[in-house]
Amino acid sequence: MNDKRFNVLLGFAAMVVVFIFAGFLFTLVVQSLPAVKQEGAAFLYGSEWNPVTTRFGALPFIIGTLMTSAIALAIAIPLSLSAGIVMGEYVNSLWLRSVLNTLINVLASIPSVVFGLWGIEVVIPLVRSLAMSVGAPPYGAGILSASLVLAIMIIPYMSSMTREALVNVHAGLREGAYALGLTKQEVVTGIALPFAKNSIFAGILLSLGRALGETMAVTMLIGNATRIPTSLFSLGNTLASVIASQFNEAASDVHRSAMMGLALILFVITMIIGWFGRTLMRKGVGAHGE
Amino acid sequence: MENNVFTGEYKRRKRKDIVFRLAILVPTGIVVSLLILILAQVVMNGSKSLNLDFFFQQQKPFGEVGGGVVQAIVGTIMVLVVAIVIALPVSLLAALYLYEHKGSKRANVLLDVVSTLQGIPSIVIGVVIYIWVVVPLKTFSAFAGGIALSIVMLPLMISMIKESLDMVPSSYLEAALALGVPRWRAVVEIIVPAAASGILEATGLGIARAAGETAPLIFTSFGNPFLSLNFMAPVSALPLVIYEYVKSPYDDWHQKAWGAALLLVLFVLSLNLLIGTRKKR
Repeated sequence: MNDKRFNVLLGFAAMVVVFIFAGFLFTLVVQSLPAVKQEGAAFLYGSEWNPVTTRFGALPFIIGTLMTSAIALAIAIPLSLSAGIVMGEYVNSLWLRSVLNTLINVLASIPSVVFGLWGIEVVIPLVRSLAMSVGAPPYGAGILSASLVLAIMIIPYMSSMTREALVNVHAGLREGAYALGLTKQEVVTGIALPFAKNSIFAGILLSLGRALGETMAVTMLIGNATRIPTSLFSLGNTLASVIASQFNEAASDVHRSAMMGLALILFVITMIIGWFGRTLMRKGVGAHGE
Repeated sequence: MENNVFTGEYKRRKRKDIVFRLAILVPTGIVVSLLILILAQVVMNGSKSLNLDFFFQQQKPFGEVGGGVVQAIVGTIMVLVVAIVIALPVSLLAALYLYEHKGSKRANVLLDVVSTLQGIPSIVIGVVIYIWVVVPLKTFSAFAGGIALSIVMLPLMISMIKESLDMVPSSYLEAALALGVPRWRAVVEIIVPAAASGILEATGLGIARAAGETAPLIFTSFGNPFLSLNFMAPVSALPLVIYEYVKSPYDDWHQKAWGAALLLVLFVLSLNLLIGTRKKR
């Protein structure tokens, strides 16, 4: 061994990592070609997904993904921002703060499949009785159940990002504001939140990235229907959940190829959102530095 | 009573402060109680099915009550062993690359790739490894599952190991170099041991993260109702068992799914807490 060989070895490991990424993209593109060739652009906007007649349009799943993620965000954002503000600005006791932090971390580390199990046993019966009381089809499973559990899953993540963004706001700014006689609410909404807003927004984007790609809990709760969902109580599928539920039982090579295409869509979307999130995060950190 | 305009304004601001406090405390209360409720339900439902049979017996045939999930416990250990054997050396070397080329353009590209890999939905990892490993080998296997999980672990471990390498004081390296030690030996024998606890933590968190992953395993290790120690054959895993059992119509299997969930949560949690307390010291 010498320095030169050592460097070659390190460079090799670095190349492996880059190749994994490039290889993923390459494999997804190549594997999805047969389906994309067959469907053309209709692969993106076609509303029929039928392995029997080999029609493969991804629209029902794109809509399902957007619906579940949007509802989950709408529920999770107010709850997470509140929890993040309370943890970052209001809890002064060290003991309580560490209890809350631990609880959030514990929940963030619970595997997705366990949330799915909890959703099936607890959320689905609740949603079913709600559906019956409003006269909707009482499946229990569906868009609403999936979105609710998805929301709960991203809350720990989003609230700890919010808390961190607030804690990073320069203490001098806050002290100055108190010295001028502002109330706590005025300090939080007028000083801390505006200064932390880039980081908080980045946290929301990264949570969205997670929600879009979340697979197991959604697969277990959404009902796995290949139609375009029309209401909160409809059965549906997301890009991730249709792959999870159909890939092993693929009826034909084109069917499998179409699912590789769905994986490619998912890969590209989460990549773009992640990139935006990280860019914002960097900007946010810069803003605190003054 | 000097100035009624000011006292009125002050009261209004004070009221607004209290309303805001309530408006964020109530949702926080909801979040906290929901999180405690989920945790409590996993513990209570799961603890009912934890007994000796659960840990040491194989799954009973459809519809028969009893038996256990030893095939899944062993399967999870097998895929995690494969994953860590691959992920640890690659992530350590890649992190060393980042350490040695700090600030260079290539290192920044690698960092970007690592963050991007971290954001890939795990189901996508599953389908790609299916194409890369399962199709050429013509069989689902513990080996394929381990490779999929190693890709789940890699980005997390690279960034954590890089951080712990960066925390080693640069004077260590400088002192070694000043004594005439070749650079690679200084890095391997001084820097890496100094960062050993961080590398250990990264490994623990990598395992904790991968242990609960289901999506990458469905198309790779696939699942197996029987105990199998063959790395080139399909194996079960705890998350797969939860997914499969909860879809079944048997109450006994639902009960076992809760047991497997509790086992998985306890495993992931104890790894996390162990690492958390190490960090504080």
